[in-house]
Amino acid sequence: MRLRTEQLCCVRGGRALFRDLSFELAAGEALIVTGPNGAGKTSLLRIIAGLLSPAGGQIALKDGELPLGESCHFVSHHDGVKGALTVMENLSFSCALLGGIIRKEQAAAPAAALSRLGLGALGDLPAYVLSAGQKRRLALSRLLAAPRPIWLLDEPTASLDRAGQEVLAGMMGEHRARGGMVIAATHLPLDLDDARTLTLSVAA
Amino acid sequence: MPLIDYANPHRFQRLAARLIPLLGVVSGTLIVLGLATGWVAPADYQQGEMVKVMYIHVPFAWLSLGGYTVMAISALGTLVWRHPLADVSGKAAAQVGAVFCFLCLVTGALWGRPTWGTYWDWDPRLTSVLVLFLLYLGVLALWRAFDDPLRAGRAAAILALVGFINVPIVKFSVDWWNSIHQGASVSKLGAPTIDPSMLYPLLFSALGFFVLFLVLHMALMRNELLRRRARTLRILRAAEAEQ
Amino acid sequence: MNTFTGALSAVVLRDLRVALRAGGGAGIGVIFFLSLVVIVPFAVGPDMPLLKRIGPAMLWIGALLATLLGLDRIFAADHEDGSLDQLLLSSVPLELIAAAKGFSHWLASGLPLVIVTPLLGLMLGVEPHALATVALTLLVGTPGVTFLGLAAAGLSAALPRGGLLGAVLVLPLAIPLLIFGVVTTNAAIIGEGLGSPFRFLCAISLFFLVLGPVAAAAALRHVRE
Repeated sequence: MRLRTEQLCCVRGGRALFRDLSFELAAGEALIVTGPNGAGKTSLLRIIAGLLSPAGGQIALKDGELPLGESCHFVSHHDGVKGALTVMENLSFSCALLGGIIRKEQAAAPAAALSRLGLGALGDLPAYVLSAGQKRRLALSRLLAAPRPIWLLDEPTASLDRAGQEVLAGMMGEHRARGGMVIAATHLPLDLDDARTLTLSVAA
Repeated sequence: MPLIDYANPHRFQRLAARLIPLLGVVSGTLIVLGLATGWVAPADYQQGEMVKVMYIHVPFAWLSLGGYTVMAISALGTLVWRHPLADVSGKAAAQVGAVFCFLCLVTGALWGRPTWGTYWDWDPRLTSVLVLFLLYLGVLALWRAFDDPLRAGRAAAILALVGFINVPIVKFSVDWWNSIHQGASVSKLGAPTIDPSMLYPLLFSALGFFVLFLVLHMALMRNELLRRRARTLRILRAAEAEQ
Repeated sequence: MNTFTGALSAVVLRDLRVALRAGGGAGIGVIFFLSLVVIVPFAVGPDMPLLKRIGPAMLWIGALLATLLGLDRIFAADHEDGSLDQLLLSSVPLELIAAAKGFSHWLASGLPLVIVTPLLGLMLGVEPHALATVALTLLVGTPGVTFLGLAAAGLSAALPRGGLLGAVLVLPLAIPLLIFGVVTTNAAIIGEGLGSPFRFLCAISLFFLVLGPVAAAAALRHVRE
């Protein structure tokens, strides 16, 4: 499985954020996207996920089982958590939506994902009682409960404490060991072994 | 967040636990007494047996207004005296009041069927009760719109006071509206001079339903306090898991 | 197919839960409907023959406006909390997801309108034998309005004040439903059965059931950034 972008251009609000961005990522590799605010880090992730169309250029996923959009997880600072639903209802919904066919042997996965992220005891609580960090961890639990090969993480460590960051680092390591890819946009240090770095600058 | 405000007011809970069964029996006795004496009381020469709906309809109408009054006083308690139980009482009063108001409308419609020949007529009294019902629904919808009971309580208190100040204006306007349309009005639900044989059953019944109102009000307050306690415990549980 | 039905029922169930739990506002449409019906006599007078004549029309206008209320939140709420991105990344086609969300919205806020319609019709003096017909036309027509509103909801999802805009976009397009809904009811009042107007109503509503999700999905894909 290889993810390849060719000469991607992104224009937002009449301003070119980046131009001719080409990179290639193989299974098990990680890419850290850095750069100042407004450089287009989030836009790049959204373009890869297919949530935003690029002004030019191409993205292709080679040898993937599914099309690109269906292979991606996108976790951003909007956690996609409904306060009125319980923690478990939120995660089960994500699984049904993103996880494809729900196999019987996967039935325990949501509970396991929650306890991995330290939310195991909170499954039956309405999500509005969660703190910002807990909501972020609930969003990250989707990565485990509904397996998908490409993780697009937008500032994943924001509002996570040290323990949470360590869990995330472990998750990313295991994911890559299984042949998954991680692309993370961040300006905080991220614990990713031998990750490549792509630095976006604010275009003149 | 001032978790202390969520503290379980034990004294009220203990008092309510003792009073609810006691007053429940009193209320049941009075209502049975009122309705039984009302049943054997003579039928109205004009409205026949149907007049007996009065023994429940009229108390419901009084308690609809009573509920709104309790709600407004509770609103003052929330906003002015800042009593911790005031908004709990306000919510309970809105719930009981809305139910009595609805029952008043239903019994009014049932009474109207033989009297007017139709279930509903835009009679000024019934219409005023309907507007009151809408005001209740608004307050209840506002309660539901917030998930923080303290903020919901303050919002509902302001709305309750605004509504309470407006009730006389609404009532006056509805009456005036009806008076300019006199030709179309077929109101027969006037207040006739009432025979003592009908007055006593009505008073018993009204007293019984009044006590029932108190019982329900207290029971709903107890439920609301338990609900808030459960909410606080959940928030605490989430906060504990953080450590 | 298993994936699709699982995901779609999850969408319906989630939106129903969010609508029915505290803060969801599922009942507000019904209260609005009731309020609209109550203010009509204050405007035209408590004149039963007149109310009887305009009753079906008032019920339809009321239900139409009440259906439009809250339509804008269908996608805007998901846009604000980020769950719209998840919906877009699902392997289920966005058209079907939009349809599931529309169905859920109708269950929570359209169906209750249909249920209270006979009661409100009674208050407006609609003939008892025509009450069922009014309710039936609304049962057929309100899903059409909701699904038409899906398109507007998709268009205004990313706008901070899309609410009123959505209603403005939908109202002129919903006129056919209003026409055939009211005509069907009036025919029922004078004792004619459900004739061709009702069939037109069904056809138009079915057409909107298809058009709405397709347009909403297109809007979400191309307009939102």
